[in-house]
Amino acid sequence: MGTDIVAQFTDSAMETVDSCTRTDPDGFEETLAELVAEPAVGAPLPSESVSLEDTVVDTDPSVEELSAAETGVTQAGTAIADYGTVTVESRPGGDELVSLYPPRHIVILEADDIVPDATAAFDRFETQVREARENGTAGATRVLETGASATGDMGGLVSGVHGPTEVHIVVIEA
Amino acid sequence: MSRSEKADKIRRVMETDGENVAESVRGKSDKTGAVIDSFEPYEQYREEARRIKEEAIESLPERIDEVTEAVEENGGQVYLAQDAEDANQYIEGVMADRGADHIAKSKSMTTEELELNDHLEAAGYKITETDLGEFIIQQADETPSHLVGPAMHRSPPDIAELFNEMFDLEEPLSADPQELTQFARERVGDRIRDADVGLTGANFVVTETGTICLVTNEGNARKTAVTPPAHIAVAGIEKLVPTVSDLQPFVELIAKTGTGQDITSYMSLLTPPVETDSVDFETDTYGPAEDRSFHLVLIDNGRMAMREDDDLRETLYCIRCGACSNACANFQSTGGHAFGGETYSGGIGTGWEAGVYGLDSAADMNDLCTGCSQCVPKCPVKIDIPWINTVVRDRLNHSREPESMDFLVDGLTPDEEPSGLDIQKRVFGNIETFAKLGSIAPTLSNAAIESGTVQKLLDRFAGIDSRRELPTLADETLVEWAAGRPNPNPDADREIVLYPDLYTNYFSPERGRAAVRVLEELGVSVRIPSVPESGRAPLSQGMIDTADGKASAVYAALSEHIDAGRDIVVIEPSDLAMFQNEYERLLPAESADRIADVSYELFEYLYGLLENGAEVDALPTVDGEALTYHSHCQQRTLELDPYTTEVLSRAGYEVTETDVECCGMAGSFGYKSEYYELSMEVASRLDDQLPETGPVVASGTSCGEQIAALTDDETPHPITLLDPDAR
Ligand code: SF4
Ligand code: SF4
Repeated sequence: MGTDIVAQFTDSAMETVDSCTRTDPDGFEETLAELVAEPAVGAPLPSESVSLEDTVVDTDPSVEELSAAETGVTQAGTAIADYGTVTVESRPGGDELVSLYPPRHIVILEADDIVPDATAAFDRFETQVREARENGTAGATRVLETGASATGDMGGLVSGVHGPTEVHIVVIEA
Repeated sequence: MSRSEKADKIRRVMETDGENVAESVRGKSDKTGAVIDSFEPYEQYREEARRIKEEAIESLPERIDEVTEAVEENGGQVYLAQDAEDANQYIEGVMADRGADHIAKSKSMTTEELELNDHLEAAGYKITETDLGEFIIQQADETPSHLVGPAMHRSPPDIAELFNEMFDLEEPLSADPQELTQFARERVGDRIRDADVGLTGANFVVTETGTICLVTNEGNARKTAVTPPAHIAVAGIEKLVPTVSDLQPFVELIAKTGTGQDITSYMSLLTPPVETDSVDFETDTYGPAEDRSFHLVLIDNGRMAMREDDDLRETLYCIRCGACSNACANFQSTGGHAFGGETYSGGIGTGWEAGVYGLDSAADMNDLCTGCSQCVPKCPVKIDIPWINTVVRDRLNHSREPESMDFLVDGLTPDEEPSGLDIQKRVFGNIETFAKLGSIAPTLSNAAIESGTVQKLLDRFAGIDSRRELPTLADETLVEWAAGRPNPNPDADREIVLYPDLYTNYFSPERGRAAVRVLEELGVSVRIPSVPESGRAPLSQGMIDTADGKASAVYAALSEHIDAGRDIVVIEPSDLAMFQNEYERLLPAESADRIADVSYELFEYLYGLLENGAEVDALPTVDGEALTYHSHCQQRTLELDPYTTEVLSRAGYEVTETDVECCGMAGSFGYKSEYYELSMEVASRLDDQLPETGPVVASGTSCGEQIAALTDDETPHPITLLDPDAR
């Protein structure tokens, strides 16, 4: 995976998100700490190189804690360089709720999950949905997220409606 | 509705909604244009999207079986509802079985079509619309004014006033969009937490896997789908596509054409029941994902019949992006409360209304489509929206009962239409007959029309607005003028037929004469045989059989010339568009192709001559004179306007081209008394682009008349500037 695609992703993402930071596993916790507003909740990261275990992020929040959280941290699935889009995978760890309810969403993205365009992404989704259904495992549901939630219904574009108001992406390069 | 009642209604909607709709949709239309222009695979993805929809509708019965199996395998249930009542009963049953009393809904035009809210409310259920636009119109008890932005007709101050009235607030809300959004999101957010069942629509449903695709910006659909333990998705059967990868072209197109975004904030690909725990905020507990229930309610409600209907079928390909509304001049001035039926609005709304409710629901909105074709290049699935409107108009013509005065015109007009046809439509559709009759004694006819008495009669019986100046017949038609004329270039390599369109021939032969002299000056041999009207006039009135007859007659008159290798040069853009587009529907494919292949717009042809060695200096030129040029809607759709600008620039003009969608006249539309005011409102946007002083030229006859009405100045065809005789 060339660095070009990461740069391309970052450029596109910056058109819609609040920040997009490139770091490596060693710099991860420090980067995250700068972005987190407490209280923070999260879903366990599938990543083998980074984890939320030693951070302030609570990965097993109660409903009350979810409701009160300022920040939600999840790891993205496939990301699309063309659009700066990330994917929230519905995992049993509660990724969908954690990425949806708190006003600030921090997305952890491993660089090799970035694909160039929507065609490549949908080919992957197709395979993932098929496999998940065949094996009865998670992976059949996801949300493509591009920037914060927004509305034009009240006149003028307003950011932050039912989903997060702010989105920050942390790209982990091995 | 009578003509004056129609005029009143349109006037009212223009006053209440017009300004807000215009601001919103015009902004979107501009953004859309820019985004599409810079999206290189646009045409390729449109083709793919179209193909996927065509195949999905073709194989619909199998698709329904497939999705039923997939959803059941996933652990959900599928119900195929025949009509609105059937669907509403089923959804009510799901609520009752669960002992639920509150349903949260994300935006779904299909449930508007079903009038689900009324049904559930009558049955005692509480309903929360969670999309902010829907939330607003739910409070106001209004119907959506746009397919995508249902509350587009309301400005922030209107919304603030509404909320302040509806809710008992300590501090009244201001008109600040931030503040209004904050207020509504909190209200709605609380209610989503309280709901027992979440209901969403579906933009697409993947039949192989039972995956629902939802395209949103606000995030309410996500919350609606996952927070309560039960999810109902309601989707018309036309939403089915075979595979997950089939979603790709749609996902890339829908926001670009619809809102001018590259992509929306969220695209959910849910394969319910989903793996996420539900949340009960009252008891502060999660409900296990295994206990989720999911119902997919598929709606027929007329769609299977649309599938069998060769002309309405295309409507089913519509992904309801709203682009055709945004691009439409008449929609921009009114919105869906005038250019709309029970539920659906804009040009494609006609197809939906006729398909799901029946012809009558489409009757009033249908006339607001002038056939200008500006929406066509914006449609992501390449639907011929003007054609759907023409067909619905034709069917309405055939369903109308004759009225007492109709016999008057019936006897005069040799068309193929039923006797119930509206007299106004019959007059405009047969304009060639009247022009022919009148030109036997043009001075007399003109005097009669100008006398005022005839105009009053025309207004009263045919709805031709007396505030309009009617065009006057020329003493000598173009064909008559050409008949006795020597050909200065008998041995020229290039021999052409200049098509004597109705307006040029009878009303404005001077532009035809100018065209002949310009072409001859550039070395072309020009012939002007007598050829019938193209069929545009009857077609625009929905008189398809009559138009069909005209097309055959035109083909008969031109085919020998085509065989002789003569190109056909056309002055009036709407007639060229007939040759290039609509003839495909009226003539055998081979005949239509033969005409289309050799027909050119006048300036397109001149440009070709200049590129092939002709010298612009052979014509009168100027040195940097400012000139405003208004092209014609159909000419723009055919992307032919740049030729006029380029040729005039080469002749020394500093050309500024207007960029409004439409002049408002649109052939006969602006002459009709019920639409006169709307026509002038549309024209006011063109007026803003016209210079205080200085020459204006226009390619279309009716555009020229409209501009003349705005400026009190003659607005000639651009060819008259190049006329060697004017030197
Ligand atoms: S053809 Fe013109 S008038 Fe008709 S819907 Fe399209 S843009 Fe509107
Ligand atoms: S007809 Fe085409 S442009 Fe209009 S809403 Fe449907 S898909 Fe969009």
